[in-house]
Amino acid sequence: MEWEVVIGLELHAQLATKSKIFSGAATAFGAPPNTQACAIDLGLPGVLPVLNGEAVRMAVKFGLAIQATIARRSVFARKNYFYPDLPKGYQISQYELPIVSGGLVEIDLEEGETKTIRITRAHLEEDAGKSLHEDFHGFSGIDLNRAGTPLLEIVSEPELRSAREAVAYMKKMHSLVRYLEICDGNMEEGSFRCDANVSVRPRGNPTFGTRTELKNLNSFRFVERAINYEIDRQIDTLENDGHVVQETRLYHPDTNETRPMRGKEEANDYRYFPDPDLLPLVFDDGYVASVRRSLPELPDAKKQRFREQYGLSAYDARILTATRELADFFEATAAAAGGEAKRAANWIIGDLTGILNKSGTAIAASPVSPKMLAGMIRRIADGTISGKIAKEIFEAMCHGKGDADTIIERQGLRQVSDSETIERIIGEVIAAHPEQVAGYREGKHKLLGFFVGQVMQRSQGKANPKQVNERLKSRLNESD
Amino acid sequence: MSLTKADVIKIAHLARLAIDEDDIPVSLRDLSNILYFVEKMNAVDTTDIEPMAHPLAATQRLRPDQVTEGNQRTRFQAVAPQVEDGLYLVPKVIE
Repeated sequence: MEWEVVIGLELHAQLATKSKIFSGAATAFGAPPNTQACAIDLGLPGVLPVLNGEAVRMAVKFGLAIQATIARRSVFARKNYFYPDLPKGYQISQYELPIVSGGLVEIDLEEGETKTIRITRAHLEEDAGKSLHEDFHGFSGIDLNRAGTPLLEIVSEPELRSAREAVAYMKKMHSLVRYLEICDGNMEEGSFRCDANVSVRPRGNPTFGTRTELKNLNSFRFVERAINYEIDRQIDTLENDGHVVQETRLYHPDTNETRPMRGKEEANDYRYFPDPDLLPLVFDDGYVASVRRSLPELPDAKKQRFREQYGLSAYDARILTATRELADFFEATAAAAGGEAKRAANWIIGDLTGILNKSGTAIAASPVSPKMLAGMIRRIADGTISGKIAKEIFEAMCHGKGDADTIIERQGLRQVSDSETIERIIGEVIAAHPEQVAGYREGKHKLLGFFVGQVMQRSQGKANPKQVNERLKSRLNESD
Repeated sequence: MSLTKADVIKIAHLARLAIDEDDIPVSLRDLSNILYFVEKMNAVDTTDIEPMAHPLAATQRLRPDQVTEGNQRTRFQAVAPQVEDGLYLVPKVIE
């Protein structure tokens, strides 16, 4: 039987506010346990939550960026369950009336294809604390620093059809929240988290199969692996006359499998009701318009502009607009390189990204600045250096040997374009290899590469390759 | 609508209330009476009436995004039954 995969994602983006969603405690990551948990976060008697305006503004910003409906009136609700890292016994969330509903994003698939995914809703809620289960001789340790950190939960429609699509969607959202500067996107610190609802059904079947919810997917790679594992497991179960149980499963990266999460199942009765401590959140069109004016250029628009303004391919434009930092780096390089945008794109996507990935360096900390890269590109464009020498210079710039002009002068890397020198070297090479010359003249034209190589070697890579090619051909075709 | 004994046990469990077997009939009667009263309100036509989220006709005030609460861990942990390394200790919760 042919199976169709159905996936919906719930993303949790930690909003990049300084203080918590309902209290004035700090949200900074990595503070000693419980030093950023105030009376409100602890749920002590008599406290009242007061909503952080910045968290609201960020949620609206997100809604506008995905062309969603921004609720002029939304309501906070209590989601009731008992767990030690949730001191109040309920999480303040939004249920019936979320701040953002509807919306779309376009995701990039392989071979330049795109697909539009609809967003069901995005709502504001508070994060819970953290439970540490080891090292406390039969006890669990609770750190409530994270309790009350603002989250935007973004729920997609079940329109993703493979693990790859799920990852593409997640990457798109990750890029978007960072463009909007509403979330730092740090997945290791848990600032951007993902739960996946996965089911399979016989292709063409209109109803969904039973789904499982996957948790603990804290990297793009784990999302892909966990979903693929789960798809195989469900298909295997169904093809062996079993049935899929609706449950929450945890992904275990060490064994690359998902296993049922025990214990929490019976708790799925949250008895949501409007939180009497909080009034309805209401704002007018003027407020929404003011947030709209603060929107930066978004990835899709930037991608389109890069194609038009710089003549880049869809692929290049997509890579370069993946993050705002990379896009800015490219634009600064292209501007300083005076119209050599395509070359700038190639160097950034190829060599620069290569060395940054290898050393795990962020683009902001690149050892080669846009100005330095542009300086080198200008020397390629004006014929001072060949592409081959440029690689050496690039390497040297990465190792802090100065800018391109300095390296060219110091190491004498200026390309040799004067025809006299090139003719002399070609003459030497021809004289040194009579056998190959005879071979070439008998029709083994593949030997041209050999001669080019010899000339380049003798010129220490500095001869202008285009000139070498042309001159060699003409000299070899002369019959003595 | 009236509740069953099983409903009462489930509700008590969700609210983490210990309820004596002997008290279940009383709770069952009281809770059912509340629902009976709520049901009476169903007779009112509420078409086109926006549900209230709050009894006050007011809207949420927003707070500027500023850190105003400092570290008072020592004071808060003074009333905690058990703490270690700055963490609150609770009976082990994971299976």
